[in-house]
Amino acid sequence: MFLRSKAIRWTITASAAALTLGLGSCGQSDAPTASSSGAASPSAAGSPVVTENVTLSGAGASFPAPLYQRWFADFNKANPTVTVSYQSVGSGAGVKQFIAGTVDFGASDVAMKDEEIKQVPKGALLLPMTAGSIVLAYNLPDLKTPLKLSRAVVGDIFLGKIKKWNDAAIAKANPDAKLPDSAIGVVYRSDGSGTTGVFTKFLSAISAEWKTKVGDGKTVNWPTGTGAKGNEGITAQVQQNKGSVGYVEYGYAKQNGLTVATLENKAGTFVEPSDTSAQATLAAAKLPDNLRVFITDPEGKDAYPIVTYSWILAYKTYSDANKVKALKAIVNYSLTEGQKASPELGYVALPEAVVTKVKTAVDSIAVK
Amino acid sequence: MASQLAAPNQLIQSKSSLGQILDKTFIWITRICAFSIAGVLVLIAVQVGIEAIPAIKAFGLGFAFQQDWDPVKGSYGVLPMIYGTLMTSFVALLLAIPIGVGSAIFLSEDFLPVSFRTVLVFLVELLAAIPSVVYGLWGIFVLIPLIRPFGEWLHENLGWFVLFGTSPSGPGLLPAAVVVTIMILPTITAISRDALTSLPPELRQASIGLGGTRWETIFRVLLPAAFSGIVGAIMLALGRAMGETMAVTMLIGNSNTVNFSLFAPGNTIASLLANQFAEASGLQVSALMYAGLILFALTLLVNVAAQWIVMKVQKF
Repeated sequence: MFLRSKAIRWTITASAAALTLGLGSCGQSDAPTASSSGAASPSAAGSPVVTENVTLSGAGASFPAPLYQRWFADFNKANPTVTVSYQSVGSGAGVKQFIAGTVDFGASDVAMKDEEIKQVPKGALLLPMTAGSIVLAYNLPDLKTPLKLSRAVVGDIFLGKIKKWNDAAIAKANPDAKLPDSAIGVVYRSDGSGTTGVFTKFLSAISAEWKTKVGDGKTVNWPTGTGAKGNEGITAQVQQNKGSVGYVEYGYAKQNGLTVATLENKAGTFVEPSDTSAQATLAAAKLPDNLRVFITDPEGKDAYPIVTYSWILAYKTYSDANKVKALKAIVNYSLTEGQKASPELGYVALPEAVVTKVKTAVDSIAVK
Repeated sequence: MASQLAAPNQLIQSKSSLGQILDKTFIWITRICAFSIAGVLVLIAVQVGIEAIPAIKAFGLGFAFQQDWDPVKGSYGVLPMIYGTLMTSFVALLLAIPIGVGSAIFLSEDFLPVSFRTVLVFLVELLAAIPSVVYGLWGIFVLIPLIRPFGEWLHENLGWFVLFGTSPSGPGLLPAAVVVTIMILPTITAISRDALTSLPPELRQASIGLGGTRWETIFRVLLPAAFSGIVGAIMLALGRAMGETMAVTMLIGNSNTVNFSLFAPGNTIASLLANQFAEASGLQVSALMYAGLILFALTLLVNVAAQWIVMKVQKF
């Protein structure tokens, strides 16, 4: 009996020690990723505008979630009466919940389709809140200069037609680079995702073969490569496997220090993904009055080719006057002060013209 | 005890009415518990079945033999996922049964002092407490780089063999199967060890008394006697292996193609569901439900087969 209890005590000590070690190492590896979010001064949000206690719930896209959470937290500091909860459940689920009316607002990386909007009895407003680029991250450690990928090459790599990095088509755009004689490992998102939707739309726009063979959607039948779950999955896979290439959101690539490719745009120039090149894209695309636009293949000379808006979906009418007041205040805050936080987190600040248009749309939200 | 002996005629008195009511209530409560478990299972199966009807109508049985999973064109088939599910589970069991049953034997014999054994048993059971996402991360950052040189060697020297037909590309069937192996080990070890230690000591004594060595006792007497318990352990483990989601999703490569090489990326039904359910709509949801139904059927088939094996073996 004594032996047994002693043994148990030993076991507990040993496992406790193991756990502590494990936790310790977790803490260490976590440390660098915990960036300086939430650093904005609360006073920036201005004086409280809503006096009653209001709780708004939203759900949707995971891509803008870090930015939204930052906005809502900063807004809450200045307006303690307004609490916003945001569940990043994915664009598709966000649209579904918005149509079902289980949330106060939805969010999506892919604008709602006409037939989806028709299903909302209260009417739907699509409000572009931020934008982001999608970049091609690759792992070729011997390459010193950024890899340049032409439009045809990008399509053929993802179609599985270009299999080696030293293919003549790739070498043509990169005459000085020492391209290795290794296989190209394509990495794609295995989970249904708005990012995949935008990227496959781009591929369909630049490659006729892609359009007929694969098409675009949140999940497609990839001709080649391996799938990884989420941006983090793709990042891990690209970082670990030499010769791999995958698409991730710009902010994610920036935070993780991934090497990203320079892509050829419609005008034929090779553009590096950056805040300025993404803003050039937004400036080149004309936003219609319903604020719904798919920038599949932008025209501008300096425009980065894969940029997308991310929308907040709001109803045209609400029954609760306080909710309307709170929602308008939050959206207006996000469109003005909030935009300053965008580049820091890897998002693209909206151009002035877009902000004005969205503000007009927000003002039209009514109480009924 | 003493008072009962003093009044023996009390023993044959019928129970008090309160006692009878308590007995009945207890029986009914256990009955409800038993039926509610079965009821939940049936309800889940029915619900999944109803949701799957549009896909069943559209694709019929061909769904299980089709290779395409293409939400854009609306054509669905789960042959690659069925293959991936069976293959990862099979490889995992192949690795886990010898290790698990071996450690169960080791931990049930007196090779080590009791204190050491208790620590070991506890540590093995602790494996079951690790969340699967942690296994997944460990797989990505430790296991895949570890397997790679070994896989490259196998591919270079034994590449003619279909199972080693491609060079390791990182995630694939093998890393997924190895992580599942580790995840099902505690199940196999713990239950097999329980089955072995709960055997009556007379068995061992009789075997040694007849002149059997320790090895003969273990392999000819103890293991056959504990066989049904060990098979039960393996079945539970197989169920877990077929349904394991998170760790497999992170390691298998999620490629919907049938590739016989262990180093090539594949997919399992559970992983497909985990990946696509959140963003699916329309026929895709129904197709995913149909895939879930097939996983149900596969698990059922495997369990029935296992029961059959146990019955066959026990006859001898």
